[in-house]
Amino acid sequence: MNQQFKKLIGYALSVTLVFTVTFGQAETLSIDQRVQKLSEELRCLVCQNQTLADSHAELALNLKQQIREKFQQGQNEKEITDFLVARYGDFVHYRPPFNYQTALLWTGPYLLLLAALIFLFIRIKVIPSTNETVESTISKRHFSDPLL
Amino acid sequence: MKRFLLPLFAFVVLLAFLATGLLIKTDELPCALIGKPAPGFSLPQVEQQAHFESSSLKGKVWLLNVWASWCESCRHEHPVLVKFAGQLSAPVIGLDYMDKAADASRWLSDFGNPYQLSVQDVDGRAATDYGVVGVPETFVIDSHGLVRYKHVGPLTEQVVFGKLQPLIDQLQREQ
Repeated sequence: MNQQFKKLIGYALSVTLVFTVTFGQAETLSIDQRVQKLSEELRCLVCQNQTLADSHAELALNLKQQIREKFQQGQNEKEITDFLVARYGDFVHYRPPFNYQTALLWTGPYLLLLAALIFLFIRIKVIPSTNETVESTISKRHFSDPLL
Repeated sequence: MKRFLLPLFAFVVLLAFLATGLLIKTDELPCALIGKPAPGFSLPQVEQQAHFESSSLKGKVWLLNVWASWCESCRHEHPVLVKFAGQLSAPVIGLDYMDKAADASRWLSDFGNPYQLSVQDVDGRAATDYGVVGVPETFVIDSHGLVRYKHVGPLTEQVVFGKLQPLIDQLQREQ
């Protein structure tokens, strides 16, 4: 009985401990994760091909600290991004936003693909209509007939 | 002849893209602050105990020079400022960026003090408001409190007399 009671207390304590550890950290972890997630979307302005998350430049560390403080003050991702864009411009987005300046950047690959498809379509339609190709196809078939 | 036309056209388009890629200056970021109100600050001074309010400069054309005693490029810029800041017709305010007050004072007494005054931005928050990326940077602020020009990197004699002074003259005439 005594043994079982001890065991029970042991379980209760360990469960409480697990809960404290999990939920106690959940608060700080979520802010860490939010800082990490947001800074992956932002550009380090010193080393411009790195995200804020990857960079260890002094400016990047300072900005990450400021982002953390703003999360702690209860600001959301959009407010913090707007804060940085107002100071550093659109360039601070690691993923450029879609606007008239970046329209070609975003649509360019699709336009190129479309152009290539149109080109291909025109070429494909032309080739079978020439007699030479048809003949050569036929002769090739003759050649392969015995094999079949 | 005709069958070369399309590849040639494609090649010209490609060349045009490559040329633009070469000509774009990626190291010169567009400043988000140009034409916008200069962020206000109230910060402790380097040389005195008192705080300095940027609002006290309202109605004047002034320069904000961001510097730090740990900054290598500032060592090249500083003699230029010491020599020519007095000849400019606008006051130069120093923003001592993420620096220790003792180091900053030693820097000013060792190398000369070209500033009307310098303020300490210990945590770099005022510099963030100005969108400062690296030290040194220099801002020109007009009498309405709008940021009109930003120079990134050390000032040279050419920049001071070729860019800054003509702009200051123009802004003072606008007044």
